[in-house]
Amino acid sequence: MLSNTEGRCRAISNKLSKHEYQKMVEQKAPGSQIIRNLLAAFITGGAICAVGQIVLIIFEQVLKADKETAAASTSIVMIFLGAFLTGINIYDNIASFGGAGASVPITGFSNSIVSPAMEFKKEGYVMGVGAKMFLIAGPVLVYGIFASVVAGLVYFIWKQVM
Amino acid sequence: MANRLGQQTVVLDKPAIILGGAGIVGKKEGDGPLARYFDNVIDDEYAGEKTFEAAESRILMDAYVKALEKSGKSPTDINLILSGDLLNQCTAASYAFRDVNTPYMGLFGACSTMTESMALAAMLIDGGSVDYAVCAASSHFCSAERQFRFPLEYGNQRTPTSQWTVTGAGAVILGKDGQGPKITAITPGKILDQGIKDSNNMGAAMAPAACDTITRHLMDTGRSVDEFDMILTGDLGKFGSEMLRDLMRRNNFDLKNKHKDCGMLIFDLETQDVDCGGSGCGCSAAVFSTYILDMFRQGIVKRILFIATGALLSPTRMQQGETIPGIAHAVLVEA
Repeated sequence: MLSNTEGRCRAISNKLSKHEYQKMVEQKAPGSQIIRNLLAAFITGGAICAVGQIVLIIFEQVLKADKETAAASTSIVMIFLGAFLTGINIYDNIASFGGAGASVPITGFSNSIVSPAMEFKKEGYVMGVGAKMFLIAGPVLVYGIFASVVAGLVYFIWKQVM
Repeated sequence: MANRLGQQTVVLDKPAIILGGAGIVGKKEGDGPLARYFDNVIDDEYAGEKTFEAAESRILMDAYVKALEKSGKSPTDINLILSGDLLNQCTAASYAFRDVNTPYMGLFGACSTMTESMALAAMLIDGGSVDYAVCAASSHFCSAERQFRFPLEYGNQRTPTSQWTVTGAGAVILGKDGQGPKITAITPGKILDQGIKDSNNMGAAMAPAACDTITRHLMDTGRSVDEFDMILTGDLGKFGSEMLRDLMRRNNFDLKNKHKDCGMLIFDLETQDVDCGGSGCGCSAAVFSTYILDMFRQGIVKRILFIATGALLSPTRMQQGETIPGIAHAVLVEA
């Protein structure tokens, strides 16, 4: 029963080197549909921004808010919309269609904070919601704030020198 | 006593008999092509519990109870439960069986858990340590997502090679005597890591291990692919299956139309939006415990090599830049 096999035995695991196997997988793996994804992201991101623009216009022209108040209020409304759509289980569907078009705008940032808060509520308000809320947004906050400090410093020094 | 054959295969002197099995799945799986084979489809993702982890334990427990019922055994007949799942500390299994007054051993083999438990139980029965054993495994889409990926409501796009974790559980009762298909040989698998880093491409990470175990089994036993009615892998998915066939060809074995994959059987890949197919311990467990056992009952198949495949990835090690080790254990099931 075991005749003629020893030669092949040794070769089983090592027919392909890791590198060769990775190359083969890379070549054969189905890629993302880039054109479709780009188009979906463009439409989704554009639609979210269009809604933001409408909100801004309402604040400026209907509610006669000044420019700064209108801009800040618009952000608040968009963050609320993102959180609300996450809460009623809709935002993840928008993002699965629109990809980056849904995660880059401020509504996506809101989704990234609300979704872990919902998910980890089962582990309690302290170790669950409190500890896990910034699971996804945490790195964005850390490096965003750090980058803003650096930019501020550069700006400050630039002003002193000039 | 069992005999070792070749390098890795164990031929059992006293085959373990599969007395019966049961599979319970979630709604999405219940909408799939195998719907009518499952013992129960649970529409509520919480299965009446408060958390996803508790829901997974509930589904596993249901499968265990149903499998006992279908095999005509009571919990007191069982000497040992071998079970596992994907969660840290084998959460689903440990909590499912805490109120069952039967010795229990938890297993972790990622999605290879079902054949790992069947292989171990078959050897224990052959050696006379155990008369009747329960082999079970479960997974739940929601509990797996929160442990391995993102919160459910977090918006992101899935990649084309990703697979959908099956919500479901399967259990079989193995015994030293009785009626049913038999486990006559097993081939435990080696861990193989071919350097795949993409946790959304687990099929590719597991294919080399599956290829190695299948090749090893065929060479140890001297059988050819034609002598099997089916070579059934766990959850390689569409892309992983392609890689397996390719790797097997390099070993001079053509799987032809003998190869089937539980991950591709459980969902309709065209309409169910699961990309490359299903995955998770519960996938191969539920498919084997229902659909495949039914095929044996009807006499459609007489000899199957069942190889559940596992990606032994650790999220921590992945973040540290590591690759995904794969594993696959084979059990030979004959009518």
